[in-house]
Amino acid sequence: MLLAPVEYARPSSVDEAVRLLGAHDGARPLAGGQTLTNVMKARAAAPDVLVDLNDLDELRAISRVDGDVELGAMVTLSALLRSAEVGEARPMLAEVASHVADVQVRNRGTVGGNICSNDPTNHLPPVVAALGATMTIRGAEGERTVGAEEFFLGVYMTAVAPGELLTKISIPAGHGVRDGFASVPIGKDGTCIVNAAATVREGQARIALGCVAAVPVLLTCAAEEAAVREAVQGAALDPPSDVHASADYRRHLAEIVAVRAVEDAD
Amino acid sequence: MEPVRGQRIAVEVNGERHERHVEVRRLLVHFLRDDLDLTGTHVGCDTGNCGACTVIVDGMAVKSCMMLAVQADGCRVETIEGLGPDGELHALQQAFSSFHALQCGYCTPGMLMSAKHLLDHNPEPTEAEIRRAIQGNICRCTGYVNIVEAIAAAAKAEVK
Repeated sequence: MLLAPVEYARPSSVDEAVRLLGAHDGARPLAGGQTLTNVMKARAAAPDVLVDLNDLDELRAISRVDGDVELGAMVTLSALLRSAEVGEARPMLAEVASHVADVQVRNRGTVGGNICSNDPTNHLPPVVAALGATMTIRGAEGERTVGAEEFFLGVYMTAVAPGELLTKISIPAGHGVRDGFASVPIGKDGTCIVNAAATVREGQARIALGCVAAVPVLLTCAAEEAAVREAVQGAALDPPSDVHASADYRRHLAEIVAVRAVEDAD
Repeated sequence: MEPVRGQRIAVEVNGERHERHVEVRRLLVHFLRDDLDLTGTHVGCDTGNCGACTVIVDGMAVKSCMMLAVQADGCRVETIEGLGPDGELHALQQAFSSFHALQCGYCTPGMLMSAKHLLDHNPEPTEAEIRRAIQGNICRCTGYVNIVEAIAAAAKAEVK
């Protein structure tokens, strides 16, 4: 389908990208384009200027800093699932990346894009929420960091304001922590109907439920089935109904998927 | 640097360099089909689901309906037209023929490019790896069984 006319710039530094995003109303960063291109076709988004981040090699690095894993926002899902650093520190992250869509989408799609689009059915928002990640955001005023709890604001909305750019996702080292993930997708590796990521430390679980609200729902409880079920019931979820699942069925799945995510972490 | 609505791009497609002025809104698949007349790359769903438009950009399989032509500036693109040498079939194409791995043929170019991407990175894939590699390519005719067998056979032929 023909896109609406749009302007384009491919900066070679993050500073230049931030300047371009700030200088043009209606400018949007273009990361992997696996969501944005399609919503532009559907006219659900109509940016005036695309600031293509694909030349910003500084955003493609994966590194260990004091044990923490730092992911550049332009790390592709394919790079994430192959990363030795990620496999060693938080293997669940690589495992989840390997179940996002398909090879072609993972080759272009990025960690930053998956998080910033914050489609409630995306895989990574609940994962970074459960892992307690910190996001680094660059803007005209400089850099700021935002914790996962404050990062997701609503459907398709995050703390990254117009004129700003997510540059880095920092995942804590996770010594003594085990991670798990579970989902009920539409077909193998398809869009999730409900998903959950969990971290377990010393018998305590931190669970982030996806697909049941505008933002990931965080719960903490003992890492035992009865306690997990009680915590999910106590969250009084009000999930959406659609062709794939009614609200009641999603509530039912939320309990099961949360239990499985905690079991997966054991 | 100021944003532009169109620009001149240079793309190496199947070993041949092409220069064209394109609008920013032009998708890579339309650049290949309409500007370069390489109509082997198909548009199926145009929503990134079906994989009929799969090509290889700088060694990575991508869906060319989700990439702008301007993003391919300076890149090396492989399409179905470049798969076999002139007048001959690539081992994958021969295997697809031998194993009846196509019926209507619409998904075949994308299927072959995904298969080539797999064998480029993993010359001896397991059946499970083959199935995962073509997860992003939808075929509504064959039921995939013959496609999987064809790719496995082509891999063996290449390993020999």
